[in-house]
Amino acid sequence: MIKGLALLSFSFILGMWTGELLGSWLGISANVGGVGFAMIFLIVTKEYFTQNGWWKGELEFGIEFWNKLYIPIVIAMAASLNVKSAVSSGTLAIFGGIIPVVLAFGVFYMLIKSFKTEE
Amino acid sequence: MEEFVKIIDKNGLIVAFILVGLLTWLTDVFSKKILQSKIPGSAIAIFLALVFGYLGGVVGKGENGLSDIGLFKGLATLGGSMFRDFSIVATAIGASFLLIRKSGLLGLISLILGIGVFFLAGVAIAWAWGYRDAVSLCTIGAGACTYIVGPVTGGAIGASSEVIALSIGTGVVKTIAVTILTPILAPKIGLNNPGSAMAFGGIMGTSSGVAAGLAATDPKLVPYGAVTATFYTGLGCLVCPSLFYLLLDWAL
Repeated sequence: MIKGLALLSFSFILGMWTGELLGSWLGISANVGGVGFAMIFLIVTKEYFTQNGWWKGELEFGIEFWNKLYIPIVIAMAASLNVKSAVSSGTLAIFGGIIPVVLAFGVFYMLIKSFKTEE
Repeated sequence: MEEFVKIIDKNGLIVAFILVGLLTWLTDVFSKKILQSKIPGSAIAIFLALVFGYLGGVVGKGENGLSDIGLFKGLATLGGSMFRDFSIVATAIGASFLLIRKSGLLGLISLILGIGVFFLAGVAIAWAWGYRDAVSLCTIGAGACTYIVGPVTGGAIGASSEVIALSIGTGVVKTIAVTILTPILAPKIGLNNPGSAMAFGGIMGTSSGVAAGLAATDPKLVPYGAVTATFYTGLGCLVCPSLFYLLLDWAL
């Protein structure tokens, strides 16, 4: 179990580091895709381990636990967002937050429709 | 009683496990028994958590919703960015590398499209509300991308603190709007497979909103949405204070 968890943590740190390096290389004070890189490292490692026959159910258990913990974490996150100030910081924030989202749903719908013909 | 308070205070994270577990259990029962599973329990739980976050902000008068109240302070630890990012990475275990590679182009297009749409719409709304200077317009447009892009942009181009606060507010409303609207609209817009989830993450961008929205829609889609959404904030921080600001300044 702990080996799987260590593997996950290793991918996480490596990915975050890559994102941070990419950020400073681009000259911005933000982590660029750290989570994305970490996910790719984890997937590639799993792929490599599976091909060599090193991947075991026990290894996966340590990662699976955190995978399952994801929704509870999101619930905790939602409860600790600054919802009050978002709602009360004026009508501009409310409309500026909602209207683009509705537009983006429309853009998404059109994008998916136009891509479907090619798949 | 004094001892009990002491224990609660010392073990915030553990108390948070109890709170979230209790809420999940209650909403699951509610979803199954009363709504015949028409709305997933997790969607109700996330929505209720937002309501609690609002109430917590009213009572606790802080910036972290419910977690500003002593009994609930562990929620900020459990829901903080370290655990959130760590568990998002863990969801990759259920993702297929082949599918991600296949939808890579679609993901890239959606990222560029998404930042463009949100920035332009944000600028247009700020314009409608009476802002006319490039710095304020750009900061609010960036805030419409995410609540991180807003202040980073505002800081870089020298916006007033009032405008920066407004851009954060806009970004937080966006996260909440995506969280609530995703499970409602998903069946109508074809958001039901890994490829479309990747495009969705790229267009919507807010990793917490996308992840929470997809979790409430279909947990299997979370890793695909998250893998593109994670690039959105970085890309936004890159283009908003530079390219977009220059274009806006030039257009005015």
